[in-house]
Amino acid sequence: MISLAGRDIQHEWGKYVFTGIGLGLLIGVTLTMAGVYRGMVDDGKALLDNSGAELWVVQKETLGPYAEPSSLNDDAYRSILAVQGVAQAANITYLTMQVRSDERDVRAMVVGIASGEAGTPGWPPYLVAGRQITRSHYEAVADIAAGFALGDRIRIRRNHYTVVGLTRRMVSSGGDPMVFIPLKDAQEAQFLRDNDAVVQSRRRTSENPAFNRAGVPGLLDAVITSQSRNPFVNAVLVRLRPGYASDDVASSIERWQRLTVYTRPEMEGILVGKLIATSARQIGMFLVILAIVSAAIVAFIIYTMTLGKIREIAVLKLIGTRNRTIASMIMQQALGLGLIGFAVGKIAASFWAPFFPKYVLLIPGDTIAGFFAVVVICMLASLIAIRAALRVDPADAIGG
Amino acid sequence: MKGLPFKGRTMALVAVLLALLGLFAFVALRSGPLAPVAVTVTTVTSRSVAPAVFGIGTVESRYRYRVGPTAIGRVTRLLVDVGDRVVAGQLLGEMDPVDLDERIRALDAAYQRTDAAVREAELRRSFAQTQAERYEQLLAVRSTSEEIVATRQQERQVADVALLATRAERARAGDERAALLAQRRNLRLVAPAAGLVSARDVDPGTTVAAGQTVVEIVDPTSLWLSVRFDQSSARGLQSGLSTRILLRSRRGEPLPGRVARVEPRADAVTEETMAKVAFTSALDPLPPLGELAEVTVSLPATANAPVIPNAAVQRVDGQSGLWTIVRGDLRFTPVTLGASDLDGNVQVRSGISVGDRIVVYSAKALSARSRITVVDRIPGVAP
Repeated sequence: MISLAGRDIQHEWGKYVFTGIGLGLLIGVTLTMAGVYRGMVDDGKALLDNSGAELWVVQKETLGPYAEPSSLNDDAYRSILAVQGVAQAANITYLTMQVRSDERDVRAMVVGIASGEAGTPGWPPYLVAGRQITRSHYEAVADIAAGFALGDRIRIRRNHYTVVGLTRRMVSSGGDPMVFIPLKDAQEAQFLRDNDAVVQSRRRTSENPAFNRAGVPGLLDAVITSQSRNPFVNAVLVRLRPGYASDDVASSIERWQRLTVYTRPEMEGILVGKLIATSARQIGMFLVILAIVSAAIVAFIIYTMTLGKIREIAVLKLIGTRNRTIASMIMQQALGLGLIGFAVGKIAASFWAPFFPKYVLLIPGDTIAGFFAVVVICMLASLIAIRAALRVDPADAIGG
Repeated sequence: MKGLPFKGRTMALVAVLLALLGLFAFVALRSGPLAPVAVTVTTVTSRSVAPAVFGIGTVESRYRYRVGPTAIGRVTRLLVDVGDRVVAGQLLGEMDPVDLDERIRALDAAYQRTDAAVREAELRRSFAQTQAERYEQLLAVRSTSEEIVATRQQERQVADVALLATRAERARAGDERAALLAQRRNLRLVAPAAGLVSARDVDPGTTVAAGQTVVEIVDPTSLWLSVRFDQSSARGLQSGLSTRILLRSRRGEPLPGRVARVEPRADAVTEETMAKVAFTSALDPLPPLGELAEVTVSLPATANAPVIPNAAVQRVDGQSGLWTIVRGDLRFTPVTLGASDLDGNVQVRSGISVGDRIVVYSAKALSARSRITVVDRIPGVAP
């Protein structure tokens, strides 16, 4: 038996392949859109993974530190360490700001990490170049997406930091690259305003008669010193000892330290369900519309392709070709178009995904689902085409 | 089924489809979660590391003299200004004596009066003495009565005592005057040692409380740094160690120094250990007090041991360790870390031996099931 479909494709193979490629680009866009959505969710999860924490201790009744501002005293971690089941507890601060390097400035999330050795909660879990921070001041490890190179000097508030290490996929929930600096510097960066503001605030204090009293020498200095300290951090990251349930330890800290504690699933719920919910739904809605439009276009292409051959089909019917053969020819062509389209789409999406400014995550699950969706859509579309083909009158082959 | 006719268009079609298939396979295996993770690998070597401790400090003067009045008063004049050099004993300024001079003059008069009283008492005593002696001679020739002689002798004794009393009174007046003069001298603000005027907190006419600083003098030859070190990395810090000082205003010009003292009291609030670091070279010009400096204290080099870069240390299941490559497979090896230096080299006490191949950098977090491809540099990192 001769493969009718193959023969027909051979007949106008260029048109067929280019139609497939065009279709593929459309499928590629749809796959990319799914990747954008997955990337947003993954950014949130990466933030949690990279912190290396099992519990997040934050200011009471806040959704901190990512979704809401939270501030606790920087010695709170000591009493948390004493809670049974806690293996490690480390302070951390987060501050999203512009980080300057020469003339460029980059929007980044500055993370203040507690001193210690690699593996302390909050530290970048792996590097792609350089080394981890060893000095307790003025060193930084930056995400490679920030565009800094090893040895660059970057400016955060009034201090300059040397980039000593680079890491990858360390992003905030908004996709901003992270810059890790020592905790004490970060506390200062969070608190310190520009020098003019500091000087003016000093002058304001010194002109306040309550603080500048002639009879009490030294009071003004004491007040100014206490004003220029920042003993706060945004959260305490906690790692548990093996064998302790995170919920038990969390409730114990909540009860005795009177702070709010989130476990990993709760934190994921906050990040995915609250922080990026609207933008993720936005992308999701767009993805749905794009998928429907793609399906419609695939259907139209196959339908018109069949209608374009209606005279040939009539001839086939005239020479007594069975309906099954004609139907299988149309379906084979449709599936072939779908397969070419899917392959082109996957290739295109994989090639252009790295050029997106934010992370695009193409996961195999989405690809497989996309594959089946394409197959099903092609089959449905070919059914309509087949119906049109079978209804054609063989007389049309000779007639007008 | 018959074979397809071997035609050019079939060839082209097959070529396009094959290329597409090849690209698809390449994309599926080389990107996304199925792609192998790029890693860089190094071999563990044995050597010593030179640990160092890093801290930041401020320039301070070891000796700082805060000169001010000992009693409340008003500043009349100040003779020095910030930046002036002064010598020990130099007059810096003066407090308003208010009525002190008048009281001294009053005491002068009182003294003169008591002095006159003493002279009067001396005269009285000398007359009583003469009289007593005269009557004693008369008694010897029996020309007077014993009673009169006794009276004269008693008068002489009374005059003696009166003289003692007026002399004591005069001494009291003199001491009172001396006390007021001492107070008067105390109103002069005098430099206790040679140095540089670093602050002049008030101006003439201001009333200051007892003990309030009017002029601050520092000893510029005794500048040192008050340095704070993070407690967790301050192991091995002790006095006498040599240091490298980088003043904020002189970046790129490290100055030599020496740890003068590690403070016995650490800061419990900021979790820092404090130390004083002295300059070992002459400074010209002097850095301003309060200037920020970065201080690196070199500790003695350690014995040879396996050394790894700190970027290789990872934490898996609560344990610090390294990803080692054993016959092409990844394996997590827990290690105990030892001394480290500021360049990111860490000695390993146990868990790994010299010659082992370990993963340093990886393009993403590794797990025991990760497929890896060893590269010289992680893609995307500038050379």
